[in-house]
Amino acid sequence: MTDTVDAGPAAEAPAVDEVIIRFAGDSGDGMQLTGDRFTTASAMFGNDLATLPEYPAEIRAPAGTMAGVSAFQVHISDHDITTPGDAPDVLVAMNPAALRSDLHTLVPGGTVILNRDTFEERNLAKAGYDHNPIDGDDLAGYQVIEVPMTTLTKDACKELGVKPRDADRSKNFFALGLLSWMYSRPIEATLDWIEVKFADRELVAAANRAAFNAGHAYGETAELGSQRVVVRKAPLEPGTYTNINGNTALSWGLVAASQLSGLPLFLGSYPITPASDVLHELSKHKEFGVTTFQAEDEIAAVGAAIGASYGGSLGVTTTSGPGVALKGEAMGLAVSLELPLVVVDIQRGGPSTGLPTKTEAADLMMAMYGRHGESPVPIVAARTPADCFNIAIEAARIALTHQTPVILLSDGYLANGSEPWRLPEVADLVPIDVVYATEFNQTNEDGEGVFWPYLRDENLNRPLALPGTPDLMHRIGGIEKEDGTGNVSYSPENHELMVHLRHKRIASIPVPDAEVAGDADADLLIVGWGSTWGAITGAVRRIRTAGRKVAHVHLTHLNPLPANLGDLLRSHRRVMVPEMNLGQLSRILRAEFLVDAEILSKVKGQPFTAGEIQHAINQRLDELAGEGS
Amino acid sequence: MTDVLDAGANREADEVPATTRADWTSDQEVRWCPGCGDYSILTAMQLLLPELKARREKTVFISGIGCAARFPYYMNTYGVHTIHGRAPAVATGLAMARPDLDVWVIGGDGDMLSIGGNHLIHALRRNVNLNILLFNNQIYGLTKGQFSPTSQKGKVTKSSPVGLVARPFNPISVALGSEATFVARTHDMDRQHMQDTFRRAYEHEGSAFVEVLQNCNVFNDGVFSTITKKDVREDMLIELNHGQPILFGSEKQYGVALAPEGVVIVDVAKLGIENVMVHDETIRNPSTAFSLSRIAKTPATPTPIGVFRAIDRDEFSSSVAAQIQEVQAQLGKGDLGDLLRSQPTWEV
Ligand SMILES: Cc1ncc(C[n+]2csc(CCOP(=O)(O)OP(=O)(O)O)c2C)c(N)n1
Ligand code: SF4
Ligand SMILES: [Mg+2]
Repeated sequence: MTDTVDAGPAAEAPAVDEVIIRFAGDSGDGMQLTGDRFTTASAMFGNDLATLPEYPAEIRAPAGTMAGVSAFQVHISDHDITTPGDAPDVLVAMNPAALRSDLHTLVPGGTVILNRDTFEERNLAKAGYDHNPIDGDDLAGYQVIEVPMTTLTKDACKELGVKPRDADRSKNFFALGLLSWMYSRPIEATLDWIEVKFADRELVAAANRAAFNAGHAYGETAELGSQRVVVRKAPLEPGTYTNINGNTALSWGLVAASQLSGLPLFLGSYPITPASDVLHELSKHKEFGVTTFQAEDEIAAVGAAIGASYGGSLGVTTTSGPGVALKGEAMGLAVSLELPLVVVDIQRGGPSTGLPTKTEAADLMMAMYGRHGESPVPIVAARTPADCFNIAIEAARIALTHQTPVILLSDGYLANGSEPWRLPEVADLVPIDVVYATEFNQTNEDGEGVFWPYLRDENLNRPLALPGTPDLMHRIGGIEKEDGTGNVSYSPENHELMVHLRHKRIASIPVPDAEVAGDADADLLIVGWGSTWGAITGAVRRIRTAGRKVAHVHLTHLNPLPANLGDLLRSHRRVMVPEMNLGQLSRILRAEFLVDAEILSKVKGQPFTAGEIQHAINQRLDELAGEGS
Repeated sequence: MTDVLDAGANREADEVPATTRADWTSDQEVRWCPGCGDYSILTAMQLLLPELKARREKTVFISGIGCAARFPYYMNTYGVHTIHGRAPAVATGLAMARPDLDVWVIGGDGDMLSIGGNHLIHALRRNVNLNILLFNNQIYGLTKGQFSPTSQKGKVTKSSPVGLVARPFNPISVALGSEATFVARTHDMDRQHMQDTFRRAYEHEGSAFVEVLQNCNVFNDGVFSTITKKDVREDMLIELNHGQPILFGSEKQYGVALAPEGVVIVDVAKLGIENVMVHDETIRNPSTAFSLSRIAKTPATPTPIGVFRAIDRDEFSSSVAAQIQEVQAQLGKGDLGDLLRSQPTWEV
């Protein structure tokens, strides 16, 4: 896999086509920041990449313990990739706990870079080691690079007059410098960033700079030359790129939807991991006329969004699974009122508090059926971090043009993971047409004009008249309404009619046909939704590269489903559905289409790796080959 | 959106057309039990709004669930009958999105103090521009007679057949505890007093909270008759009037005075008029108003009505809007292309 690069930041370094690095340390060690800076440098250099940040659930878990380990995995490559990688090639372990918790993730023969200074009695005990793994045979079969990072960082900072305790905090920059050297990363962007970030703390800036430079120089002086490689630029489509995570992309998508519809954006939200960053991001964008309302609870958050939507704003509420559970009744109200509303569920491990900082995609059934009565809502799901931008616009478009609450499903993996994103041209984004009623739409017995709020158009949509519109005063509510007039009605026939109308209205929302990736004539079809896209796509590529056939359909619209889906499902001998739950989409597919959709389940709080799916596909293909055709 | 409302905005420049009760009355048949106190509250409102020169299209009634919460259906205005307890939340979103509207919130004692208690106290704390009317009948009417969070201790109801164990909330005390900027009480037997109180609520900038003592003649008949019946009112209702000594009784022989243990009822002849408390609704510290709210623990004792507190404080939605305007004045209106390029970018 190696050849020599003739140009670039490290002219003499051999090239590798990809590398997966995992930075792991104590929560206080700044691993997220280190990973993030390494990622940015790689993105700006031109690699394709994907990231997987993994945070502990506690804000300040006891230092040095396994519970406190925070990790950041980044996959960089010279070609198109779709996942943060199956297993890291390199593990940077800043303390014994990080080594103990993450060593098993490393590929056989992989490289461990550890901060030797922390491998002393107290930290070893906190990590639960009864011996020093550096001396034992724990690390046999790995390449181990022991670096006294703490000591070297303190030495580098001594001249600056930085107190040793403060200098200790910069050791993550030492690690970043070392890794930047090993992978021939450009260093200017990182040094500039330090300058800006710590502009008002000159001593901290100086310490971080010194640590970074010391780490960078260490590779050279410690004669780690043989370790040095380069990962060349990936042939990405021409354009302007930025490295984006899912929550930022989603926030920007909501801003874009507001601009495209001409409606002010109103976000009602209550803090919850991993959704809070959307509240934070949107709170920063008042220049777009965005109103953010941190409510007293999730119910008030959705209630306020409904109120704002009734008043003519783009009403949005963002949360995670536990919050969606609380919003259920209000979503039913929005179904009954037929008001636009976007409900964003950034899924996490459940039930209850579950795994707040880990990913799962087990809220599909709740999104489909988690309200009382027959209360259908459209559901869309994002597949990559950058895709969250498009999906936010799509959710708003459906909500505003079909006057309905829409559930947008993302998850913790997409929320915090990042990838390079080719920025769209604003002019290419399609405007969202919103029409409000301004005139009477009926005549009463006396020949006078009147307004009927539930008089439907050909798409079964009702007219929305905003409060403030002269003459169109009317009352709406959660009690069953008479078709047409909207007056309270308990008539059995009318209720049945309204239940059917609400169902039909949502079921007939036009949804693009599902597209098949891979081999349309394959025996095996993989159906996915949401964030499994990366792992499934990676697996399908490997299978096809190996000369076997497999097809992949990935669903963006989960309700209604694409019209061609039934035919697609029936045109393959076998259907497998990888899901981060116990089989929610697969159950829907079985119910809807009477096909034997098989679940491939993973509920470990971590995304699938491409390898896991590749393995499952190969097994199925072997079985199919055995069965003959 | 703005285009749609332009027509309305143009009209705004015109005189408000004169309206009558009929203009404010919807075509829906009123479905409360005959004799229910809710009727007189509705009448008071329908007669008051023409006097206030309010615009029907700019008026919105938002309610929760309960008998009281049916109110919006009977008003020829905009209206949303939402879900149990959540009206203050929905109304907050509407008031934030649309500062041009007059938003009224209607609900019962169960709606606003039990299931929706959290939303009520937070709306009051924030001081959102809402007129909140709590129809207190000390019972769950719509669900046919269970005790509510304002039912008296010992009360026998369907769900407390041997007497209610817990103590009730005093809605005025709750509102004052939330530091509401306008807090008042009125009752369904006195239309003029209701209208005077609703008018004050309407004119108040910020959250205005009004407790309306309301008779549920089916499930809790007469709970307030000990204080609101015409022939006992003089002795049992303590009318609060700003700037006036707090006196009551047919001869104004009773008064209210500040004692070390709080506010107490006194015999004016004994204590001297100079020692009777002069009502000041503008005291910023809510403690005095709170003490006044504690005079009557049950409707068996003289009970203050009128405006307990009315102070100025920044209104929530306009303060939120001001932050947005300030940022836009500084940075200009946001540009989506700039936003997409606001993180480090690179060219391929
Ligand atoms: C979520 C929910 N829980 C319970 C109910 C049933 N419910 C309807 S009204 C009500 C209480 C009504 O009491 P109150 O708010 O005092 O209003 P009133 O009928 O006395 O005017 C209850 C419990 C409901 N509609 N929704
Ligand atoms: S049950 Fe009571 S509150 Fe409800 S309408 Fe009848 S009398 Fe009025
Ligand atoms: Mg009640």
